[in-house]
Amino acid sequence: MSAATLFNPTRQTRVLPGFGLSLGYTLVYLSLLVLIPLSAVFLKTATLGWSEFWAVVTSPRVVASYKLSFGASLLAAGINAVFGLMLAWALVRYTFPGKKLIDALVDLPFALPTAVAGIALTALYAGNGWVGSILEPLGLKVAFTPLGVLVALVFIGVPFVVRTVQPILEDLETELEEAAASLGAHRWQTFTKVILPILLPALLTGFALAFARAVGEYGSVIFIAGNIPMVSEITPLMIITKLEQYDYVGATAIATVMLVFSFALLLVINLLQAWSAKRTGRNR
Amino acid sequence: MKPRLRSLIAAAGFAALLIAPAVQAQTTLLNVSYDVTRELYKDINPAFTNWYKAKTGKEVTVNQSHGGSSKQALSVAAGLEADVITMNQSTDIDILVERGGLVAADWRKRFPHDATPYTTYSVFLVRKGNPKGIKDWSDLARPGLSVIVPNPKTSGNGRYTYLAAWGSVIAKGGSEADARDFVTKVFRNVPVLDGGGRGATTTFTQRDLGDVLVTFENEAAQIAKELGDGKFDVVYPSITIDASPPVAVVESVVAKRGTAAEAKAYLDFLYADEGQKIIAKHFFRPRSEAVLKANADRFPPIKAFYVEQLLGNWNDVQKKHFADGGVYDQIVVNR
Repeated sequence: MSAATLFNPTRQTRVLPGFGLSLGYTLVYLSLLVLIPLSAVFLKTATLGWSEFWAVVTSPRVVASYKLSFGASLLAAGINAVFGLMLAWALVRYTFPGKKLIDALVDLPFALPTAVAGIALTALYAGNGWVGSILEPLGLKVAFTPLGVLVALVFIGVPFVVRTVQPILEDLETELEEAAASLGAHRWQTFTKVILPILLPALLTGFALAFARAVGEYGSVIFIAGNIPMVSEITPLMIITKLEQYDYVGATAIATVMLVFSFALLLVINLLQAWSAKRTGRNR
Repeated sequence: MKPRLRSLIAAAGFAALLIAPAVQAQTTLLNVSYDVTRELYKDINPAFTNWYKAKTGKEVTVNQSHGGSSKQALSVAAGLEADVITMNQSTDIDILVERGGLVAADWRKRFPHDATPYTTYSVFLVRKGNPKGIKDWSDLARPGLSVIVPNPKTSGNGRYTYLAAWGSVIAKGGSEADARDFVTKVFRNVPVLDGGGRGATTTFTQRDLGDVLVTFENEAAQIAKELGDGKFDVVYPSITIDASPPVAVVESVVAKRGTAAEAKAYLDFLYADEGQKIIAKHFFRPRSEAVLKANADRFPPIKAFYVEQLLGNWNDVQKKHFADGGVYDQIVVNR
């Protein structure tokens, strides 16, 4: 192949061939893997009358589970946004012995089977566990309470924020901070006015991913939650409970509510992200 | 990296080609069972393979799958190719009759003792020396006591516990209202509802949570006598529930796979002397009088009621107590 055909000036060349092919592939892939299974959920739910559907998804026990699932997931994603940012900062900006090892540790919650994580956390935080035996005398019960749910969700969400913020931080030149300092900015001003706006879109993405993962999480939570009705039942457990009673339709009804809720929240987060990206002039 | 990966895949594919015919040549059975029978069937299966080979000269391998009873039944209904199912509650087999007749409608009549090759009962496991003095069901309602029970919504074990507590009141001449009041008090004492029987055992024995665990005799006795380092005692209440686990052949699957003879032989083996001995070894009560007598030290006499005899038809009981908005839901939501 000669250079002339590679760099044909009359045609705009792209790395991957053909817009039509890529779009077709995108649509087929998304449909097969995401849209068809999801629409099956909606179709199954549609066999339920509106009043029945409403009765299933607004029963007090299910509503209590939404509050726990969405509340704990948002809180866990928030905690991970703050501490994930700190972790990413430490990993990018400093060199210290064992840095590579810590960098690899961040991904472990991805790889660990969630049931193992749940059992390990329960063993740690139960009244007779390492951490639990210290906290319980202080009046702080973690395992088998909603607090335990939060701990499990924070655990599984750690990698998301770190891994989304890290590459942006790596691209962020220290000269920018030096420039801010030379123009008379305090450290706090540099952070809030210079660094944070650049990181915000990535931070929001990480937050959204951690949140989405937490909402659907079952394996790690179920062991530590205690599963007491009205107190520590998560929404995925309500779905499993319905399935155990062979009530497929009831299960998909609750799943539909979760999907719509999550989709709305993720959409809002994406809009926020687009807005903040625009504000900092990083149009995508 | 890449060429190596490709050759690895090629090698794996080639190996699979070599192994595949060898696997197909052998007859296999799949036994889909509930949560706490893992160890039992791990012993039963090789014994069956030898027994069947001695009898017919044919080689059969049995594979096993375990999980919550209802979840397992659901997988079979959804197409998991089980030749036989060994569940802990008859409703989990009835559902397979309803869902397209996977199991014969008269499955209870196809094997002795209503197709239950062994029995077990809901009993109490307490901490060594029974420091809280728990003797009978009525003690579980004492304020301040902590009772560990698996979730009746997701576990057959939990449903039996709930019905045993309910029936203990009815059997002594109490009214429905008395029973409801009593069960409400018991569930007020439950701090954790684990998904299955094993989870509850772990919570009680490993997390040191609770004064008493209500679970099946086989689970409780095994922990008290073999696994629990002598830290636990079994307490037999004055009356309890008969929780005989039923078995059945999945007719549609054995017809398709041509394994009807093997599947029936497998369940017959559970009733044979050799099978009954293994069953007794795992603290399930054998049906064979001789084997039961030989293990009398393991199985003290016990008084029990059957669900159908005291509380009515299983399906009605299931609907009344465990359906959404049923008695159990009302009790736990307003506790």
